[in-house]
Amino acid sequence: MISIKNIFVFYIDGFKNMKVGKSLWKIITIKLLIILVVLNYFVYDKTIKTEFKTADEKSNFVYQNLKGK
Amino acid sequence: MEEHLVDWSRAQFALTAMYHWLFVPLTLGLGFIVAIMESIYVKTGSEFWKKTTKFWMTIFAINFAIGVATGIIMEFEFGTNWANYSWFVGDIFGAPLAIEGILAFFMESTFFAVMFFGWNKVDKNFHLLSTWLVAIGSNLSALWILVANGWMQHPVGMTFNPDTVRNEMNNFWDVLLSPVAVSKFLHTIASGYVMASLFVVGVSAWYLLKKRDVIFAKNSMLVGATFGLITALFLTLSGDESAHQVALKQPVKLAAMEGLYEGRTEAGIVGIGMLNPEKTLFNEAEEFIFQIEAPYALSLLGYHDIHAYVPGLKDLVYGNKERGIMGAEEKIAKGKIAIEAFEAYKDAHELKDSENMAQNRLILDENMQYFGYGYLKNPEQIVPPVAITFYAFHIMVALGGWFLVLFALVLFLLTKKDIEKFRVVLWAAVWSIPLGYIAGEAGWVVAEVGRQPWAIQDLMPVGVAATHIATSNVIISFTLFALLFTTLLIAEIKIMTTQIKIGPDGGH
Repeated sequence: MISIKNIFVFYIDGFKNMKVGKSLWKIITIKLLIILVVLNYFVYDKTIKTEFKTADEKSNFVYQNLKGK
Repeated sequence: MEEHLVDWSRAQFALTAMYHWLFVPLTLGLGFIVAIMESIYVKTGSEFWKKTTKFWMTIFAINFAIGVATGIIMEFEFGTNWANYSWFVGDIFGAPLAIEGILAFFMESTFFAVMFFGWNKVDKNFHLLSTWLVAIGSNLSALWILVANGWMQHPVGMTFNPDTVRNEMNNFWDVLLSPVAVSKFLHTIASGYVMASLFVVGVSAWYLLKKRDVIFAKNSMLVGATFGLITALFLTLSGDESAHQVALKQPVKLAAMEGLYEGRTEAGIVGIGMLNPEKTLFNEAEEFIFQIEAPYALSLLGYHDIHAYVPGLKDLVYGNKERGIMGAEEKIAKGKIAIEAFEAYKDAHELKDSENMAQNRLILDENMQYFGYGYLKNPEQIVPPVAITFYAFHIMVALGGWFLVLFALVLFLLTKKDIEKFRVVLWAAVWSIPLGYIAGEAGWVVAEVGRQPWAIQDLMPVGVAATHIATSNVIISFTLFALLFTTLLIAEIKIMTTQIKIGPDGGH
């Protein structure tokens, strides 16, 4: 338990004492929000994985595309 | 497939990849430079080297933080814009990318925290180990994605399964140790090391020009230029191997890199030259308006034999029986046979006709290596944009040569003269920072534009790889990316320049 507490304190201290790191974390958070929420759910919302559930459906979709070229 | 859509999808991927590559090389190289600096600190116990290490570590962190996760967008694009491709490559891409994700997450993230939060909290040697592991971890992450790219340039270690319409990995080691993948990895990480060295030397030169933090700048410059000179030499050697692999596996790319329409023995490399825009496959016009050539060098570089025959674009498009070179027309015919056998196999499968399935499977397997050619309309389609490939290659090589000279000159002036008096050299070092980025991007242009029309060499052209989605959607997301990445780039430049202006004595 002591070691887990030490690790926790290590991270808390680290985050508290950051200088330029604070701005960097803000940028990382905003960026991840844009990438993982906005882009993932609104721009790249339709992928072969979301449109087809089974492997057979996916392979058939690609086969039709390859065939129809 | 609508050409407009394919072009926009390609432009979007190119934009994402090129912006991503603005952040990656500095991470690859600066990690090691910081580790070297910290090693000096641990060995000498000097507070000066601790301060120096901390400064460059902060720069490393800024670049890492801004660049992290920008590569994820490319993975989204695979699913949405390149669905046929992403399914067709199967687990070949999945396995390396999964390893990359796990490595990046566990190795880099864990030791990253120790590296930044652990000063005065963990043992000096453990801290140093963490710094080295962050550097190694970043490079190992790059290994897996470059292995995946190497496979696209030269697909090996897999079998196409017509039932699943996927390529299935049958030999992991063939994929990992493919000479194309290995040379690509080595050449790419070496370019990152050179870029980071240019950055350290250039920023240090700026301090010297401003007459501030002189001792810090000179010592940083010494580490940067030494690391830069060694890695620039390695970059040259790995580039030589890379070109050799291109000659063997992607001869069309090599011909485009050199603007070589007519094949020849004892072929030279164009040192400086201007392509003749009138030149096409269909005429006998001169290839160049002017050129200065290093004789024999292309035969030597490509085939390690000064007398070797280097096929030109005409040989590769129309074939050359005398030299045993198969033309694209014949490959297209074989590709069409493969596609027809594939369709016949699927039809037979539907009818549960096992005899027909086996027969067509055999034909498919025999012609599979030409599968992608079956989608081409004419042999001339195998030729990539020659001018872009040629100029990008020559810009990359010329800049690589300049970087070698610069590192050697800086080292000489640092050790034998008073470098502060050589302001022209210092300014040249500062301006070489953007040149490093240009060289790196030019290298990727050669690698990717030079292998057009292929998404996967010989197996899948880009027009087939792309998903049929609305072009307007791709244009909108292209614009969104351009805005997002440009904002990130501005943020990076702003934070980084602020930190550099604060200098090594400021807070980190």
